[in-house]
Amino acid sequence: MVEHRPLRDLVAYVVLALGIVIFAFPVYVAFIASTYDAATVVSGNLPLTPGHNLLQNYYRAVFVGGSRFMNQPVGVLLANSFVTAIGIAVGKIFISILSAFAIVYFRFPFRKTAFWIIFITLMLPVEVRIYPTYKIVADLRLLDTYAGLILPLIASATGTLLFRQFFMTVPDELLEASRIDGAGPLRFFWDTLLPLSMTTVAALFVIQFIYGWNQYLWPLLITTKDSMQTIVIGIKKMLSTTDELAEWQLAMATAVLAMLPPVAVVVFMQRLFVKGLVETEK
Amino acid sequence: MANVTLRNVRKIYPGGFEAIKGIDVEVGDGQFCVLVGPSGCGKSTLLRMVAGLETVSSGEIDIGGRIVNAIEPADRDIAMVFQNYALYPHMSVYNNMAYGLRNRRVPENEIKTRVEDAARILELGTMLQRKPRQLSGGQRQRVAMGRAIVRQPKVFLFDEPLSNLDAKLRIAMRVEIRKLQRRLNTTAIYVTHDQLEAMTLADILVVMNGGRVEQIGNPLEIYQKPATTFVASFIGAPPMNLMPIDAVRAQLHGADAVPAEAGQLGIRPEDFELGDTVPTGGIGLDLRVDAIEHVGAETYVYGARQEVGQNDSLTATANDVIVRLPGTAAPDIGTRIRAVAPRSRLHLFSADGRQRLAV
Repeated sequence: MVEHRPLRDLVAYVVLALGIVIFAFPVYVAFIASTYDAATVVSGNLPLTPGHNLLQNYYRAVFVGGSRFMNQPVGVLLANSFVTAIGIAVGKIFISILSAFAIVYFRFPFRKTAFWIIFITLMLPVEVRIYPTYKIVADLRLLDTYAGLILPLIASATGTLLFRQFFMTVPDELLEASRIDGAGPLRFFWDTLLPLSMTTVAALFVIQFIYGWNQYLWPLLITTKDSMQTIVIGIKKMLSTTDELAEWQLAMATAVLAMLPPVAVVVFMQRLFVKGLVETEK
Repeated sequence: MANVTLRNVRKIYPGGFEAIKGIDVEVGDGQFCVLVGPSGCGKSTLLRMVAGLETVSSGEIDIGGRIVNAIEPADRDIAMVFQNYALYPHMSVYNNMAYGLRNRRVPENEIKTRVEDAARILELGTMLQRKPRQLSGGQRQRVAMGRAIVRQPKVFLFDEPLSNLDAKLRIAMRVEIRKLQRRLNTTAIYVTHDQLEAMTLADILVVMNGGRVEQIGNPLEIYQKPATTFVASFIGAPPMNLMPIDAVRAQLHGADAVPAEAGQLGIRPEDFELGDTVPTGGIGLDLRVDAIEHVGAETYVYGARQEVGQNDSLTATANDVIVRLPGTAAPDIGTRIRAVAPRSRLHLFSADGRQRLAV
């Protein structure tokens, strides 16, 4: 514990408070903007207290939809984003935990090579391989499908590395005890390794859910139907207008709504995460 | 219950390193066999080969009349207790013990009976629902034992199971393991580097060094008649005093009767007495007391041998002779003592130490 010194505490609080203001203020402004009508937002004189259109704006955002270019209600977009983010997070965990299991616990030819190839893909994010990936997804007729949104993003070198590091800290004797106890490789994985990995899984889930939720370029490329769009794309499209007023208040309401699921995931999973950290012992 | 027989067992690692260089051991039904040796002597490797965790390069491992070389660990009818216990951290004590039985599709009520029996024997009854991390080292050790017991195996394998416990608990658990093994009358193979543990537990003691067996036998027999200088210095604490025979020829009564091929002479610290007269055929060493260890019941004197013609010169520690005296004896440091031992207590070895010779 650090010694208690009033002055140092004060400075720390001031710095923290400044930080919170800097990060939270834009979010607050977004929320305020979502409670006024379009004209007030566009006028440039946005008050700092909430307006009277809150229910109306959120009702329109959730159930009706925005401009001509984006006529899907936010509910559909949220659902799309949710399916995509969950799919990416779960898929990544599934694939990377299995590949790490193979790399750490099995002796097969070119095991090291396989590991290094996975490692090298760290340097090839979606943006770099976008053309071939698009071509493959298009040829597989996966444009405008959940599979198309999810599959190209689930191979994860990060996850594989993370699980590999964790598996290497699990004592060999546990595997040997399992073998003597009559558990085959998959039984060992399911009964012992997976329960021990839960904290790593939780951490990875949080990171990958947010990664999936925030995807922009890839959904933008492969979705053309409004009904398949994710919320991040939706916010952008709401503001594309020709000559009428951009409905900023709806876009802001959507943005506020779009923030909620990742926040919920972080808050909920963090508890699990910390609990796991405190309780797990190898 | 079963015999365990190792026939010319070898282990050669892919790199060409030969960890086990041809070992023959026969453990009878219900016997307690201890493999002892310094670290790196291959004792754990040998145990793991019996368990099936390491492949056998050549030779045969026979458990209960069945060659198990190609049989999976789970099907060898063995149970193993690991040094770090290897309990499943996320499972309760009950589930730790039940896991192996569940994998064998033992009916749940049978599992319950067996686990509760084991828990009663090991005094774990109140802890069945706890997780391993909520247990002390000794309790974890018991759970590891329980996991082995509930399997009702033909052979127990122990890989240094006590080395993570503190000294007092180690002795208590040592006695318990021995009692338990007698009670269950199950063949056991036990690996340790602690010669005292080995001596106290074993029916058959296998002393290993550098991947080979140095000596196999009853512990007392090994203690009294070590086959090589390695065994002589490894078994017994403090170790047997070994000295080149030429250095002490003058002090040895009847040195002419010593076989010509004898190169080294050994005397256990407790076989010395203080005295002036050398028994016929015995040895009398003049020592300068360099250090004294009081252990309570006994006192160990570390003395430098005074060689002929170099009376007061400092002698290297390699020439140290350890003499055990009763706890009341306390010669002063720097004084001279004469330690004598009778002929019957002398051990003679060939110059390379590989062979024991008749005195």
